[in-house]
Amino acid sequence: MSQAEAPESEVPGTDSPPRRSPRRWSLGLLRSEIGTTFRRWRTLALLAVLAGVPVLVGIAVKIETGHGGASGGSGGGEGGPAFISQVTNNGLFLVFTSLAVTLPFFLPMAIGVIAGDSLAGEANAGTLRYLLVAPAGRTRLLLVKYATTLTFCLVATLVVACSALATGALLFPLGKVTLLSGTSISLGEGLLRALVIACVVALSLTGLAAVGLFLSTLTTSGVAAMATTVGLLITVQILDTIPQLHAIQPYLFPHYWLSFADLLRDPVYWDQLQKDLGLQALYVAVFGSAAWARFTTRDITA
Amino acid sequence: MPSPPTAGPRRAVPAERERVIETRGLTKTYRGGQLAVDGLDLAVPRGSVFGFLGPNGSGKTTTIRMLMGLIEPTAGSARVLGEPMPGAGRRVLPKVGALIEGPALYGFLSGRGNLLRFDAADPTADPRTRAERVGQALERVGLAAAAGKKARAYSLGMKQRLGLAAALLQPRELLVLDEPTNGLDPQGMREIRALVRELAADGTTVFLSSHLLDEIEQVCTHAAVMARGRLVVQGTVADLSATVLGSSGGGRLAVTTPDTADAARVLKEHGVTDLDVTGERVTGNLPVPASAAPPAADGPALDLADLNAALVRAGVRVRGFGAARASLEDVFVQLTGEGFDVAG
Ligand SMILES: Nc1ncnc2c1ncn2[C@@H]1O[C@H](COP(=O)(O)OP(=O)(O)OP(=O)(O)O)[C@@H](O)[C@H]1O
Ligand SMILES: [Mg+2]
Repeated sequence: MSQAEAPESEVPGTDSPPRRSPRRWSLGLLRSEIGTTFRRWRTLALLAVLAGVPVLVGIAVKIETGHGGASGGSGGGEGGPAFISQVTNNGLFLVFTSLAVTLPFFLPMAIGVIAGDSLAGEANAGTLRYLLVAPAGRTRLLLVKYATTLTFCLVATLVVACSALATGALLFPLGKVTLLSGTSISLGEGLLRALVIACVVALSLTGLAAVGLFLSTLTTSGVAAMATTVGLLITVQILDTIPQLHAIQPYLFPHYWLSFADLLRDPVYWDQLQKDLGLQALYVAVFGSAAWARFTTRDITA
Repeated sequence: MPSPPTAGPRRAVPAERERVIETRGLTKTYRGGQLAVDGLDLAVPRGSVFGFLGPNGSGKTTTIRMLMGLIEPTAGSARVLGEPMPGAGRRVLPKVGALIEGPALYGFLSGRGNLLRFDAADPTADPRTRAERVGQALERVGLAAAAGKKARAYSLGMKQRLGLAAALLQPRELLVLDEPTNGLDPQGMREIRALVRELAADGTTVFLSSHLLDEIEQVCTHAAVMARGRLVVQGTVADLSATVLGSSGGGRLAVTTPDTADAARVLKEHGVTDLDVTGERVTGNLPVPASAAPPAADGPALDLADLNAALVRAGVRVRGFGAARASLEDVFVQLTGEGFDVAG
């Protein structure tokens, strides 16, 4: 018995019709990814929570000043989040307060959910294998996932800022902005600074987004990747408050996050901002490369 | 028996171009040491409908994952459409439609939304014709009416159909279908069989893994059998039956007659072997046709009509006369053993 022999050749195939040559950077997948992400209930719920925070803060401040009467009495700002004492005088400060309130946990947790789930969630659902045989291309898919996470960073930050601005305008007067250094600028310039600050906050989250993406390449469980990212964030935030660890603190990604307040000085203090953005770039480079190295060589069996 | 699909006359084409899938010593050991595929030499000719058989855990899905570039082989090489995988995935995969280990869908998207997304993932797919192609694919698998429903509300068979639709979004040179009829109702299975025949007639090579031997027998021109990660046999379906079943490869003949002794004598003279008489029934193995295997008996392959005539000439009163061909199931069981337990 001659077994395992090659079968006879037969039946030549017809040639397939001509196709478009693959465009290296076609944006179809990115558009589909962003559309899919922002249509999910989970994403919308995260954004709704983020939009709710400034409303709560605004109402709390309003009630507090209603009872206490004297506005701007405590002045120093030690008794609450940054800028909160200024909110009653100028609703625009609610934007800065809200960003300062959400930046330590709410915003990065939302980013952790989106970044952690990005690849692990696809692997968990099994859709990753179909994207890869489509063929999405591993590097392209990774870049698309990261770009979508970055888009979410920006959108989430803007949602907080816009919700804060709307609440502030509704509950408090708007007007000339007194900067931390004492000088006054017009409301228009104040709004411009608020926009720049929102962008800086979004950029401050890029390092965490890269960490989340890397963690997402390690597992096939979306929940595990999300939980690890968020857990890591909390750990790092705690480490950042322990005085004995001051030697390593300048290398922790959230260390310079609140430096965005320096944009409210005249002249602007660039030192800490540069350190923040430089640190984020370092995290993006390191964890982005790690994610790429892992994802392009990984066995996709899920 | 329904005739297998053919897609045109024989033509002389260089052998490498003729092989849509070709593997050399393909081996995969999973992390943890599980040897899933062991030195596989597979050759799938262009235009064939190739059945890929094997018991649970014999390495079929693992092979398909390697062919599609999802996992890296531990050793050996694989070529798909003449190019090495996983290296040439960008060029090869747009011409391949695949259903691997069942469908996987975005539950929160509609059926149509799922297809739009998978199509967007292919950089060679033209976005201008996307909606139209998605519509056609949905029509083709009979899901047009349920296209707007969220995929999480789909039944198993509907999901399977949607998975197939994703494989059919573009004209493909090769379709790789891992258990495509899993979960389908009888109509669905019939439709899939019809679809496979239709695609094969258009020149698409279909590589099909299944446990439904009946189904493979009905649609496949070629088949390969795996057991414990090794290739046991491959070839045309007809050759498989002949070589593997050896002397019984020609099929089993059954004659009903009151004159059993005479009948047995005549049949023996004509090369029928392994005769068995029970009551008024005489059964025996027909000799294998000379083209398929070395003849088991002396003398040329015989025609059933001649055999019947010979019986009648010898005065045997024939009440019933018929031959049952060996089925692929017989081949499968003979090759992979009767045991039910999955190999460790
Ligand atoms: N991700 C994995 N990690 C480790 N071992 C695996 C993995 N996937 C499969 N295996 C093992 O590899 C072997 C072959 O599995 P494979 O899925 O290829 O079988 P199969 O022929 O497709 O079976 P079935 O008919 O049940 O689909 C099995 O022993 C299985 O336990
Ligand atoms: Mg399988």
